[in-house]
Amino acid sequence: MSTPLLQTHGLKSWYGDFQALYGIDFEVREGEMVAIIGANGAGKSTFLKTLTGLLKAPAESVRFEGRAIGGLPPGEIARAGIAMVPEGRRLFPSLTVEENLLMGANTRRHGPWSLERVFSLFPILKERRHHGGTELSGGQQQMVAIGRALMSNPRLLLCDELSLGLAPIVIREIYAALPRICAEGLTAVIVEQDVGMAQQASQRLYCFQEGRVSLSAASDAVTRDQISQAYFGL
Amino acid sequence: MWSWIDTLVQGLLLGGLYGLFALGQALIFGVMRLTNTAHGDFIVLGAFMAFLVATGLGINPFVAGALLLPLAFGFGYALQRFPLNGTLGKDPLPSLVVTFGLAIVIQNALQQGFTADPRSIDSMGLNIQGVALTEQLSIGVLPLLIFVLALACTAGLQWMSQRTALGRAFRAVSDDREVAQLMGLRASHVYAMATGMAFVLIALAGTLQGMRTTVSPSDGPALLLFAFEAVIIGGMGSFWGTFAGALILGVTQSIGFRFNPGWGIWFGHLVFLAVLVWRPQGLFPKTKG
Repeated sequence: MSTPLLQTHGLKSWYGDFQALYGIDFEVREGEMVAIIGANGAGKSTFLKTLTGLLKAPAESVRFEGRAIGGLPPGEIARAGIAMVPEGRRLFPSLTVEENLLMGANTRRHGPWSLERVFSLFPILKERRHHGGTELSGGQQQMVAIGRALMSNPRLLLCDELSLGLAPIVIREIYAALPRICAEGLTAVIVEQDVGMAQQASQRLYCFQEGRVSLSAASDAVTRDQISQAYFGL
Repeated sequence: MWSWIDTLVQGLLLGGLYGLFALGQALIFGVMRLTNTAHGDFIVLGAFMAFLVATGLGINPFVAGALLLPLAFGFGYALQRFPLNGTLGKDPLPSLVVTFGLAIVIQNALQQGFTADPRSIDSMGLNIQGVALTEQLSIGVLPLLIFVLALACTAGLQWMSQRTALGRAFRAVSDDREVAQLMGLRASHVYAMATGMAFVLIALAGTLQGMRTTVSPSDGPALLLFAFEAVIIGGMGSFWGTFAGALILGVTQSIGFRFNPGWGIWFGHLVFLAVLVWRPQGLFPKTKG
């Protein structure tokens, strides 16, 4: 088997004095869609923050394309090819839709994604391109956040809680776009509270519990009982 | 009647100078939420440097001022990149303390080097030339030049902020530094670019202040106050708002001076306080979110 695109080994992370991750072993291979599920406070978002460099980690504990990237500044990790759709979307309020998208292109990476490609994936954004980013509906804002991440032409896309605060029909619409995105050879890790959605969208899933991996399995093979045990530790 | 028009016109011209003081402050505060309490002292420092270059090299003071601008950019860039970036964070206190310390250092160093005497930069006679518009109304050439420069700087900054990649980066790091870094921006470099540009404005303002009137090493705090008042009156987020705030301040002071030579500055403070009470977000705020 080839080496994984991204691999963590015994990854630990702290918020100040509070330890949030207790040695996470995780991997995602080229072209895979991997989901991370778990209760609030299980460490899912902390994990993504550590991968993107917003939280510090020992260099060797995170490897991307075989290179140790733990503890690098976030900008450098972004330029290496990891893009994030942050929890709560976090668009820039003073920037228009188009300007928000252009911010993603700051990594100056080459690849299939451009303004035109993002607009053809989400046509509504083309109509709203000159609106303020935060004047849009929640679902449209999520499309901007995804488009912004794609504009950096990443090899690995991290999505934190895509469904948070969105209506079910909008969630389905957003998730319907994911396979089209990954058809471009993109690898994705999605953190999701909605277990059903996560299972459907991914090939493999990890369940986190109190900063540890409590389950790692193929998404179509895992049972409800296994998940609830890993989720709640019952 | 004519004397009132004169008061208004002189106030607007004075406001142009305040606009130059305020634009740099607005840029630094807007991008980094950093209150540079040494802003006025840097303007004074700029005036003394222009004086030094012009007299030391024996060159045209306008050329000296122009020579100073790229140096000021480099100085501002380095100042932000090295000491000031380290003071930024959720707590505004470290940056206030550091810039306050810089203010004291600059004032004392200038007193040591130049004594407390007021100096003025030779403007090649522009400061005493006027254009007579009517029998009763005449406009000074230098104040008019300053006003036009301030107008051009405001338009330039607004264009840069809205239409260029650098302006986009300024607004993005101001909105959400963490996410901007996730997009591959180096916040420390973006901040340093903003301060570098602000220092170009500071050097320009200092040179022109030195030509228009006299400067002495202890003038800084008063200039800081005018810059600060203009920014607050105008409201955050738009350089045109800052420029308008500066014009309002200039006109108010000019009206005060008309009543009594001791009232000008005081009138300016009164308008500033009134805005803080009635419209604390400023008259023309644009900042969203």
